[in-house]
Amino acid sequence: MSQARLSPGVVPGRLTPDALAANFRDVAPPLDRHEAQVAADRCYFCHDAPCITACPTSIDSPLFIRQIATGTPDAAARTILDANILGGMCARVCPTENLCEGACVRETAEGKPVQIGALQRYATDGLMAKGVHPFTRAAATGRRVAVVGAGPAGLACAHRLAMKGHDVVIFEAREKPGGLNEYGIASYKAVDDFAQAEVDWLLKIGGIEIRHGQRLGDTLTLDALRAEYDAVFLGMGLGGVNALRAEGEDRQHVLDAVSFIRDLRQSRDLTTLPVGRDVVVIGGGMTAVDAAVQARLLGAENVTIVYRRGQDRMSASRHEQDHATASGVRIICNAAPVAVHGNGAVTEIEFAYTEDGPSGLVLTEQRFRLRADQVFRAIGQRLDGAPEGLALEGGKIAVEGPGRTSIPGVWAGGDCALGGDDLTVTAVAEGRDAAEDIDARLAGRAIDSAA
Amino acid sequence: MADLRSNFIGIKSPNPFWLASAPPTDKEYNVRRAYEAGWGGVVWKTLGSEGPPVVNVNGPRYGVIHGADRRVLGINNIELITDRPLEVNLREIKSVKRDYPDRALIISLMVPCDEDSWRDILHRIEDTAADGVELNFGCPHGMAERGMGSAVGQVPEYIEMVTRWVKKHSRMPCIVKLTPNITDVRKPAEAAKRGGADAVSLINTINSITSVDLDLFAPQPTIDGKGSHGGYCGPAVKPIALNMVAEIARSAETRGLPISGIGGVTTWRDAAEFMALGAGNVQVCTAAMTYGFKVVQEMISGLSDYLDRHGMELSDLVGRAVPNVRDWQDLNLNYVTKAVIDQDACISCGRCYAACEDTSHQAIAMKPGRVFEVIEEECVACNLCVDVCPVENCITMRELDIGEIDKRTGIPRGEYANWTTHPNNPMARAAE
Repeated sequence: MSQARLSPGVVPGRLTPDALAANFRDVAPPLDRHEAQVAADRCYFCHDAPCITACPTSIDSPLFIRQIATGTPDAAARTILDANILGGMCARVCPTENLCEGACVRETAEGKPVQIGALQRYATDGLMAKGVHPFTRAAATGRRVAVVGAGPAGLACAHRLAMKGHDVVIFEAREKPGGLNEYGIASYKAVDDFAQAEVDWLLKIGGIEIRHGQRLGDTLTLDALRAEYDAVFLGMGLGGVNALRAEGEDRQHVLDAVSFIRDLRQSRDLTTLPVGRDVVVIGGGMTAVDAAVQARLLGAENVTIVYRRGQDRMSASRHEQDHATASGVRIICNAAPVAVHGNGAVTEIEFAYTEDGPSGLVLTEQRFRLRADQVFRAIGQRLDGAPEGLALEGGKIAVEGPGRTSIPGVWAGGDCALGGDDLTVTAVAEGRDAAEDIDARLAGRAIDSAA
Repeated sequence: MADLRSNFIGIKSPNPFWLASAPPTDKEYNVRRAYEAGWGGVVWKTLGSEGPPVVNVNGPRYGVIHGADRRVLGINNIELITDRPLEVNLREIKSVKRDYPDRALIISLMVPCDEDSWRDILHRIEDTAADGVELNFGCPHGMAERGMGSAVGQVPEYIEMVTRWVKKHSRMPCIVKLTPNITDVRKPAEAAKRGGADAVSLINTINSITSVDLDLFAPQPTIDGKGSHGGYCGPAVKPIALNMVAEIARSAETRGLPISGIGGVTTWRDAAEFMALGAGNVQVCTAAMTYGFKVVQEMISGLSDYLDRHGMELSDLVGRAVPNVRDWQDLNLNYVTKAVIDQDACISCGRCYAACEDTSHQAIAMKPGRVFEVIEEECVACNLCVDVCPVENCITMRELDIGEIDKRTGIPRGEYANWTTHPNNPMARAAE
């Protein structure tokens, strides 16, 4: 056992390199050919299948599963990617138990749905491993579209636009493309640098240029983009993190969960990554779970998720919650932070139990404290620096139909836009649909100018 | 535990489960293991004439059809009769029979179609103490090209002639094994009976190509880029075999002729079905080739439990379903049923809807919330919805009472009446 295993404070190297490597292996190893065959045989090929309806990108799962069953997994991959160009990542990160697999009639019948997600990964991994990009571009239209953000929404939008023959420039603030696929998802869900491999594969379509270090609001303005490009798609995600609004929140080692997840994903040597012995994560979503589980896997001794409402209100799926508890994470519900204690660095965090009544959430007089040398905020993100003149609603960019914003020629999708569940798959659907709308609009204008 | 002891044309065995003449019964080692595992009898793999034995291919002998999870649904083979010297087989048969006197041991035979060949081989097997012979008139590949096997079985006159020779030159019980590769199985069965056969066994394997290698463009199994049709067996052929057994069991000309049922018997239930349709016992091959000899233990316990549940003797089962196998024209056209969907059991897959809407009578409605309901006005009771529903007993057929209105026709359900008296039948006889 590593010397640092039980050291108090936030220190690196709690576990040996071998233990870390084992902990951060692929959380759901891929199906082999036979396993895929057996899993595919379970699909009933439902009429007007509920799994299709449940998928935000409407992947025709019965069809692609039948294509796997009949020995044509590459055709299956095309079926998937035709609806969802990031089908590979979605197969890894989608909360399938709330989407396709939750709707599967075998879930109803036996509590054991067809493994749609795993089958999707089997098909898409196979095609991508061959380096095959199954789509080609339509004849060049001469139109240019600006996409802000190389996350799931922006990439899906750019790919569909490129397919339609438009040229796309993606403006990305960070060093790498992928957005939350690269920076915001637990390592064990997308091992072997999958997010980058997927982007590289996606870009094989051609006609897409990514410019890094380009953040909207710095040197880049929406007005300038509108002036230079035929259309603009905004998919920059949510850059800000909500505050705890608890006393002492600014103490050392109180961090955003998204930063922790990002640092972990970008780390080339996990033994150098510091983590607390007693870690508390505030929040109830996937980010909270990803941060908590990874803190455990890095060697934190006690990790607790504290969520202010009841367990049934947690946005992390039941499967995610079970994964957390199975990883040794404790989940406390109905408690909200009121104060962060410590002298410089956090040592304890104080909570009040809550009651969820008709008038909203109420803090009770019942209090408790948890020992904490590291605290992660995972209570949601917010849109930072929305361009002026853009109508907002509920803190997000207001959109109509397929992502049309209040400004003509400007579309938006993904987490920064109103609507959807802030999932990768939702972002892909929004980006794709906005691209179709942009294409229709551009085509219409081309006809106008010809007349 | 029901008494499963079987007496088939005077041949006794502790149960009615015999291994069919095939690769599993080619030699002493296998047959001893089969008996130890519990098989009631064995039909030794077909012996040929004295002299240099036949040879087999040295590439794949079997092709396969897989179901889900590589479940073996059907196998075809291009193996010929035994390729071991006659003397070796005879010595082994004698040795095994001496050690297992209570088990049935039948010798399968196939020699050229002349009386001398048959007399000689019958003479050679005389002192093996075997319980009977089975004439292999069924093997459809290889040997048939040489005028044997199914080449004989496809000509009723040859069947009769050879059977007569066998009865003339041997006192052993004689079973004639029939090929299904004919148009009317009753004709060869009648010929066997005329020739003096004590029983028929059926079916032998069906001419088949299991699949085509789409890279080599060659049938499978493929031998150096070429393939030959083989004999198909296993669960996939059972429905064909059941019908052929029933045809012989119910035909006036062959009624009462003992039948050894063969063709895809995999479980006790398959065996019971063959016996209900008139088979006195069953022979098994593919199930043993797929799962090993131990499968017989499930067949024994299953058949025994079934007989106990129904308070039947084994002999009560044999032929019990035969009176209910009828010509189509005898079926009651006033038997009216309607599909009923159990909404609590329904998992809303919509397969019944797709099947009925696309390929049948548009008699199922898809309502909001994926609720599927039968439209009795359209339902012809075809049963397709029941067949495609993945949930057992979710869709059932309700029989209308006599006098109850059939909503599709508006006519009250009447008493039994069949096609022979139906007004639409130009050949109708007046109802009596």
